Amino acid sequence: MNIILNGKKTEIEKPFTIMELLESKGIDHEKVIIEYNYDILIRDDWSKTVLKENDVIEVLRFVGGG
Amino acid sequence: MADKLVIGGKELRSRLFIGTGKFSSNKIIPEVVKSSGAQVVTVALRRIDFDSNEENMVNHIPEDCILMTNTSGARNAEEAVRIAKIARAAGCGNWIKIEIVTDNKYLLPDNYETIRATEILAKEGFVVLPYMSPDLIAARRLKDAGAAAVMPLGAPIGTNKGLRTKELIKIMIDEIDLPIIVDAGLGRPSEAAEAMEMGAAAVLVNTAIATSDDPVGMGEAFGLAVQAGRKAFLAGAPAIKEYAEASSPLTGFLGA
Repeated sequence: MNIILNGKKTEIEKPFTIMELLESKGIDHEKVIIEYNYDILIRDDWSKTVLKENDVIEVLRFVGGG
Repeated sequence: MADKLVIGGKELRSRLFIGTGKFSSNKIIPEVVKSSGAQVVTVALRRIDFDSNEENMVNHIPEDCILMTNTSGARNAEEAVRIAKIARAAGCGNWIKIEIVTDNKYLLPDNYETIRATEILAKEGFVVLPYMSPDLIAARRLKDAGAAAVMPLGAPIGTNKGLRTKELIKIMIDEIDLPIIVDAGLGRPSEAAEAMEMGAAAVLVNTAIATSDDPVGMGEAFGLAVQAGRKAFLAGAPAIKEYAEASSPLTGFLGA
């Protein structure tokens, strides 16, 4: 199954939840923001949301900027 | 009379805003915030890099600061609006610096798209501070669109060239009834003081502090310069004259 993860077509083996996806990538989920199909997904929904074919996920964080 | 700067209903204790990019170590940022006295601090939003374990910038910013996310990376109003909404949903408050750039060489902002984004975000309850190329007409449109302040550039981002757009910014200060905040290009504390002396409400500095040899010391220097410039503006600078005018009396000389 393919999703679009941070702008790149990415194959995942099984229908992960968002939380499982982050864990599989070794991402510290306390530090990120998730946009799911162009809407912000609140943290409480990360474990409930199961990825579907062609879903668009953005995993974002704050960085230094002027 | 108390000299207060109020933006978005918030009374600010400092007229120096600082950016958090380009520091050699982000751990130094709390010290820079302290030494500079800055209250408004900017951050950016980016995609995570799955190959490196990066830290979250927000963790380095003291809690009593006002976080202002910039929309850098946006190339049009819609992208800026999207970034602003993400930042707000992520708990970073409703202050947003609109930065819409399509020119990669000089990083000059697109005033037209900036006005469009300002109108959308102001209607949605954001405190909108647009970064713009200094232009009176564009500034008027930004005011009408609901901007809380306007932030003209002194020189292109990161150049440290100083207040090159001085005359245009002066016109905006004289004509626009909104705080005018000089953003980008200021490379020395003296240039920040110059902007404040001519009536800028505040300045935003990043590169000049972050890339100095001693960012904590340079942050303090900018903080002092901004205070000095503001006091000078309030005190009212005297007229510049063509010829000398003696400061000592011209009568009662001993030899006369």
